[in-house]
Amino acid sequence: MPSFPQYLTAEQENELRRIANAIVAPGKGILAADESTGTIGKRFASIGVENTEENRRCYRELLFTADASVAENISGVILFHETFYQKTKDGTPFVKILKDKGIISGIKVDKGVVPLAGTDGESTTQGLDSLSERCAQYKKDGADFAKWRCVLKIGAHTPTYQAMFENGNVLARYASICQQNGLVPIVEPEVLCDGDHDLETAQKVTEQVLAFTYKALADHHVFLEGTLLKPNMVTAGQSCPKKYTAEQNGKATVVALSRGVPAAVPGITFLSGGQSEEDSTLNLNAINNAPGPKPWALTFSFGRALQASVLKAWQGKKENVKAAQEQLLVRAKANGLAAMGKFQGGQSGKASGESLFVANHSY
Amino acid sequence: RVNMPVFPQYLTPKQEEELRNIANAIVAPGKGILAADESTGSIGKRFAPINVENSEENRRRYRDLLFSTDKSLAENISGVIMFHETFYQKTKDGTPFTKVLQDKGIIPGIKVDKGVVPLAGTEDECTTQGLDGLSERCAQYKKDGAQFAKWRCVLKIQQYTPSYQAMLENANVLARYASICQQNGLVPIVEPEVLPDGEHDLETAQKVTEQVLAFTYKALADHHVYLEGTLLKPNMVTAGMSCTKKFSKEDNARATILALSRTVPPAVPGVTFLSGGQSEEDATQNLNLINAIKGPKPWALTFSFGRALQASVLKVWEGKDENVAKAQAELITRAKANGLAAVGKYQGGLDSAAGGQSLFVAQHAY
Repeated sequence: MPSFPQYLTAEQENELRRIANAIVAPGKGILAADESTGTIGKRFASIGVENTEENRRCYRELLFTADASVAENISGVILFHETFYQKTKDGTPFVKILKDKGIISGIKVDKGVVPLAGTDGESTTQGLDSLSERCAQYKKDGADFAKWRCVLKIGAHTPTYQAMFENGNVLARYASICQQNGLVPIVEPEVLCDGDHDLETAQKVTEQVLAFTYKALADHHVFLEGTLLKPNMVTAGQSCPKKYTAEQNGKATVVALSRGVPAAVPGITFLSGGQSEEDSTLNLNAINNAPGPKPWALTFSFGRALQASVLKAWQGKKENVKAAQEQLLVRAKANGLAAMGKFQGGQSGKASGESLFVANHSY
Repeated sequence: RVNMPVFPQYLTPKQEEELRNIANAIVAPGKGILAADESTGSIGKRFAPINVENSEENRRRYRDLLFSTDKSLAENISGVIMFHETFYQKTKDGTPFTKVLQDKGIIPGIKVDKGVVPLAGTEDECTTQGLDGLSERCAQYKKDGAQFAKWRCVLKIQQYTPSYQAMLENANVLARYASICQQNGLVPIVEPEVLPDGEHDLETAQKVTEQVLAFTYKALADHHVYLEGTLLKPNMVTAGMSCTKKFSKEDNARATILALSRTVPPAVPGVTFLSGGQSEEDATQNLNLINAIKGPKPWALTFSFGRALQASVLKVWEGKDENVAKAQAELITRAKANGLAAVGKYQGGLDSAAGGQSLFVAQHAY
């Protein structure tokens, strides 16, 4: 008979499965606080805060020292490498602060997008070199999950077979290496919302990308029950003249996922992309209320959509920390409700209606 | 102009709705398929043990027996797959079989493949032919009463098989078949059977089934097949027939659900298992456990049984008119048992004339 060399032991499978399920526990989702140095600078610029290591440390301390009740809705936090090793003013590692609240630490392990020569602006993502050793170290130092972002763009002739195949493959290699080192890989094949394409096109492209992704994961023997998916919600392009409701987006999203994501995947943690805080929550809620087969948890892994009001309230000032933390709790609760399809709307924050779209968002 | 890729229309919303309705009707709770599509050669092998001559009239008489069973059969049989010859046969009084079935509320289906052919350069691997003129044939079958079709591909577990080539080729031909069916209003039942021949263990059977299904669904995606308007007819996951280690039915059920949950998108409305060489009772018990155990199962899990619905029927019939009523009673018994199994409520022990007999035919091919 054919040979299937062991990929993971039963014990390793159990551990990964336990972590993945904990992350997508009912009413909970992820705070994506893994902005790279460059990216967090853009956030700070909008509130006039200088992009220094201390300010970055200060800001993440604000987030992680929010009241313990934040753990009712935040199961995990994704961190950038620098942040992962930072500490509070009194010297407690952030990872410990989170752990003491019952929040799981995750680490962004990719090293950004690089161009695919010969394509119309398409990219792959680098970061595989010595990834195994890095993962082992992060695991030792308290991480239980990782994240890697690939980017696909909708254009007249994109995404191409090459880009979908390459990104599917690099995600599978990353996932395999993570699992070998006890980290649950969050697989993120983001289809950007840039463009004027309609909802149906966004749905079809998302279906294609997911088909390539899960075929690659299958080919690389990735243990699906110990992974999570971080996809885009299906929405029309930012510049599409036709407008769609949250309900339409929710339906299109569930259809795409039901066609592309095996039931063995425990949960789907949506990215918010350029959506405002309120839209992200409304769309997540609509997704949970859309009809259709939905055997996975449907929750959030939001960056901008959890932090926009926080940043606005903070303004870089110490005296605003409590108020800023309050904003985080409000958004976390709202999204926790949306993750169960129970969001009633109107939990507004200082920036809740503002679009957070950054064109061609890359690291 | 708008800067986006083009996705030419595959089906209209009306076509999608029709296919979806047919597929859902086939896998309605407590119902499954009677696979009565044995080719002329295959039915001969069923007739031989009961000493019935393989004549056209006997084939007609036998299917007449099946389809004229009391209409309560339709409580558990949603559809019947037929071979081309049978599809156009009639009862003694001249009523087409398709009409007899429709009048009972049973959906007629048609086997459209033309059998396996070898893949040169492989270790006895094969693909399935039948694409030539398939669109025209499907259109005609649809006109004449068919609502679904079936196409069987075969993969084998040996030391170096199934090969990448065989998995890719069979998945691709299944996707082409599915696409053509849907264009003609027929729900395609996609059957990538991994044969139970061999000494491989349960884990190997599970991993191979996962691989084969991954190739299958990637091909269906690439060919734009509308999953909500398809059904899957896979093997249950079991160790090879000659495996020295024995596994429990619970082990088999768990392995089956694992394999499916890792590969079959939730959009697929139902999985209609083939029975392969299993005895009637084993097939029913295995189906029951598949439904009873825990796990992500967003699709209906039911049956599309040939041998496992007909073994007792044939044994009791023996080709004699005076045995028809008794033979039909056997069919109702097995249909009811499998209908219960399809909702995880089979209590076991519904006795049949051939209940425990293995129905394994080595290297089963048409």
